[in-house]
Amino acid sequence: MSSIILEGVTKRFGTHLASDHVDLVIPDGKFTVFVGPSGCGKTTLLRLIAGLEDIDDGLLLIDGIDMARTQPADRGLAMVFQSYALYPHMSVRSNLGFALMVARRPKAEIAERVDRVAAMLDLSRLLDRKPAALSGGQRQRVAIGRALVRQPKAFLFDEPLSNLDAALRAQMRFEIRRLQQDLGITAVYVTHDQAEAMTMADQIVVFRDGRVEQVGAPLEIYRNPVNDFVAGFIGSPRMNFLSGRYAAAYGVPTIGIRPEHLDIAPLGKWQALVLTVENLGSEAFVHAELEDGKAITVRCAAAASIRAGSRISFTPSDTCVHRFDADGRAIAGTDANFMLESANAP
Amino acid sequence: MHRGRLSTIGAGAGAWLAAIAIAFPLLWALLTSFKTELEAAAYPPSFVNFSWTLDNYRAALGGGEYFAALWNSLLIAGGSSALALLVAVPAAWAMAFAPTRRTRGLLLWMLSTKMLPPVGVLIPIYLFYRDWNLLDTVSGVAILLAAGNLPIAVWMLFSNFKEVPAEILEAARMDGALLLQELGLVLAPMALPGLASTFFLIFTLAWNESFWTLNLTSTDAAPLTAFIAAFSSPQGLFWAQLSAVSMLSVAPVLAIGWLCQRQLVRGLTFGAVK
Repeated sequence: MSSIILEGVTKRFGTHLASDHVDLVIPDGKFTVFVGPSGCGKTTLLRLIAGLEDIDDGLLLIDGIDMARTQPADRGLAMVFQSYALYPHMSVRSNLGFALMVARRPKAEIAERVDRVAAMLDLSRLLDRKPAALSGGQRQRVAIGRALVRQPKAFLFDEPLSNLDAALRAQMRFEIRRLQQDLGITAVYVTHDQAEAMTMADQIVVFRDGRVEQVGAPLEIYRNPVNDFVAGFIGSPRMNFLSGRYAAAYGVPTIGIRPEHLDIAPLGKWQALVLTVENLGSEAFVHAELEDGKAITVRCAAAASIRAGSRISFTPSDTCVHRFDADGRAIAGTDANFMLESANAP
Repeated sequence: MHRGRLSTIGAGAGAWLAAIAIAFPLLWALLTSFKTELEAAAYPPSFVNFSWTLDNYRAALGGGEYFAALWNSLLIAGGSSALALLVAVPAAWAMAFAPTRRTRGLLLWMLSTKMLPPVGVLIPIYLFYRDWNLLDTVSGVAILLAAGNLPIAVWMLFSNFKEVPAEILEAARMDGALLLQELGLVLAPMALPGLASTFFLIFTLAWNESFWTLNLTSTDAAPLTAFIAAFSSPQGLFWAQLSAVSMLSVAPVLAIGWLCQRQLVRGLTFGAVK
């Protein structure tokens, strides 16, 4: 089992800084998820760790040894690609055994290890098929199996579920997580889907423009985002950001509040005009327009009969209001003064 | 519906007419090769009611010159194609999977060398070959034709390799494949139709090449092109015999083309359909 430590890892493509002095600890045996919008450098960083791109500057310690200049295969990492990247001309058996074959392992050992992994992933019936004759989910499992056969120090996943339909994605999410926990293996997982990050991760790393914005456990990041970017990126529906008089009441230029922290009540502090209602059965999201024209989303019980065109009033739960300064940085905000101030706010 | 059927028949007839028009010279040569010299030169020509004979083939195949020329053609076309692929595969691999800012320009520049009229460099190459004792040698011609066909081979393979997802090669790299294993075990099998059609194309080009083969060979390394040219002899033209020899030169390529037709069509239209 292995930890991966990055120190000042930098990568430039021409003048573009794809990875800007990244310092990061990927703990042993934990599931770390890189998340961020497209083009934020998360995939680049994964490829730098894998060795598929050369690191311009910085250290990459795998089990304490600097491997920044080591060949991909010698780093002891295995990667699962977005497109699965199976060898189309080989059977599932050959796909699984390819790494062992090029490493010149004895035939008996290859067969034994391939069979064991195939059994683990429920692929035993499919060993003689070609990838083209497999479903998306099966291909995905072969791709994972191919990584597993090598008994790597760590798994690297590059958006592995983005080509699957929603139902299968949820199932594979669970399977990958269970497998990782059973084996206790270190995993790095790249996704742009914050829901995937929240549900799978032990540790989330949020990226923007090649830099790490925040590292932490999912709930920690959800509850205490360090800035408006992280606050807006993590959580669905998105956090509401308000300025003007709404924020002034809290003594800052901008406040953020999540849809579930607004309570609809007859004599609420804020009023809005309902535009649409998204009813999911278990809960409903009301999309409304505040008096200053800003859009706001409020979560409520599915049973609440709110219709488009009606007016609602609601109150923010003050302990859950995030306050941001002019640069978007979060201001630690639950001290006594602040509570008092907000209690007196209009 | 009636009109639709008529236009289908019309299109079919048009296609047949065009095909016959294109193939006519070849078919005419085929017919002529079975005539006597007298009938071959007769006017008006006869299409089927002449005395069919195999004498021309007997004459062409007698004396062993044909087989010597055929052997040289096979060596030159096969050798130059193999040599060109040996260089083109790594070149196209590098250009397709590790492109730089200059890759496009390099490809265009390579192709531009094909626009140079060969006669422009005939004298220097001839002198080189004379001094390096490469005149009238199979290897000399093969090297020259390999170099000449290299741009085409790189272009074709480049566009073929572009269709292979880079992630699959990266997966092989992660799996520990060495460069040669990556090329041989992963890329080559996936690009097989492209490799086959590229090989066949440059093989055919080398087989048909007559400018360099006529100018740089005389006896020892003379391929079929030179053999045919030799028939325009001082004694006058022997049309029937010339036709027989032409048929014998075309036959091997035709046979190979027929055999790898499926691969060829897939390779030449790779990426165009789908």
